[in-house]
Amino acid sequence: MNEMDEDLEIKKEYIQLIVDGKRLDGRGFEELRPIKIEAGVLKRADGSCYLEMGRNKVVAAVYGPREVHPRHMQEPSKAVVRYRYNMAPFSVEERKRPGPDRRSVEISKVSREAYEPVIMKELFPRSGIDIFVEVLQADAGTRTACLNAATVALVDAGIPMRGLITSVAVAKVDGVLVLDPMKEEDNHGEADVPFAFVIRNGRIESIALVQMDGKMTVEEMKKATEMAKKGAMEIYALQREAIMKKYAAVEIEEE
Amino acid sequence: MSEEILMDIKKDYVLSKLRDGERIDGRRLDEIRPIEIETNLISKAEGSALVRLGDTQVIVGVKMQPGEPFPDVPDRGVIITNAELVPLASPTFEAGPPDETSIELARVVDRGIRESEAVDLTKLCIEEGEKVWMIFIDIHALDDDGNLIDASALAAISALLNTTVPAERFGLGDDFPLPVRNLPVAITSLIVGERYLIDPTRDEMSVGNRIITITSDKDNNIVAMQKSGSYLLSEQKFYELIDVSVEKAKEVRELLKEI
Repeated sequence: MNEMDEDLEIKKEYIQLIVDGKRLDGRGFEELRPIKIEAGVLKRADGSCYLEMGRNKVVAAVYGPREVHPRHMQEPSKAVVRYRYNMAPFSVEERKRPGPDRRSVEISKVSREAYEPVIMKELFPRSGIDIFVEVLQADAGTRTACLNAATVALVDAGIPMRGLITSVAVAKVDGVLVLDPMKEEDNHGEADVPFAFVIRNGRIESIALVQMDGKMTVEEMKKATEMAKKGAMEIYALQREAIMKKYAAVEIEEE
Repeated sequence: MSEEILMDIKKDYVLSKLRDGERIDGRRLDEIRPIEIETNLISKAEGSALVRLGDTQVIVGVKMQPGEPFPDVPDRGVIITNAELVPLASPTFEAGPPDETSIELARVVDRGIRESEAVDLTKLCIEEGEKVWMIFIDIHALDDDGNLIDASALAAISALLNTTVPAERFGLGDDFPLPVRNLPVAITSLIVGERYLIDPTRDEMSVGNRIITITSDKDNNIVAMQKSGSYLLSEQKFYELIDVSVEKAKEVRELLKEI
């Protein structure tokens, strides 16, 4: 019965989430939570990033390309990409039992699959690229926050990629679509759709991750995609800024 | 090794057929394999169903027992979905704890049932905050010839449709049929270049594990989605797939109405 302690995404009793055309935290429907990104925050990792998205606090680290352990996982013609999403026991209201549960195994899988076609694995045969993301504080949208942090960490590690991944969710609450839902909207809302996009040459090229639970019409789903794309472009600008900031600082030191 | 070589040959075959707009088994690109549903074959279970989707076979058993509700929904029954990809079902499955594929399978099936509110959980409260009915949906793969997800989702809802709540056995009054009020149907497509194949077989999957599952309910709402596999999906194709999947689900739902 290991399911019991998992977040089973159960809908609780009704709470009004849209009051006078505004969200509970005063945001507009298409407004992101405040985002803070810092690249290169860990010394031992090859690349790292600390990111806050509203009350979410996550840290990402990238190790590699490096030797793969266990050896039998090696691939002769390309690098193996691994992604581990993990929540700290203190990151949620009720202590989470440490270690992987079914939810984090699934998130790790779809997140890894989002990066695999983007990372230029063919340049690093027999090696491994490990992406570790830790959720220190959770407030809905942790998988999107982690993906955004992982992208910055990968760039910081100098891993060649075909584009950058940027992620954001859209939820349906009180019958309207809202960008980047926070905890209350996620718990009491009618639907949640996390997206990740590949951005290349400054524009959205394709969908790298999409999941959904809840209830939405086909039309709403298409509208949600458009809304997520706009949000993703804003996050993309912040990811770039964080990377530039780190390397601007490096240049000055060397002069 | 021979398995790998065979997969390569199959891949070439699938792709060459597809260049002529054909599938290796002669189906149309959006054609679902023949479906057979058998219900009530496990009398020890409260509900059960065997689904044959072409040569793919999945059996789902539903067991129920009283248990504690979640503290945040003290008056509702609990659904727990689990999938076992037993080694009997495929040369590539291994015994042991569930891997990410079986976890994902169970969670995608679970989301369809949960989010469509297929089971009226409010009718499964025995004593608020103390005791509710727990529904265990166990997915057991028997033969994996591709698209276990859709077969499992179909077997799960079919099993729920013929589930009897075993109240008598637990001294809780008369048995009653499980209140099922929605019919979620999952449709999985394999993306191959610019095309997509609905309900892919194992051989078709040799071109790469690039799928998306879209589950819709009886009112044609989307209730669950999962992009699975290492690939990038164009927005245009995403929209097309949503439309097609909802349409296809209607066909399959007709079969459920006969149960």
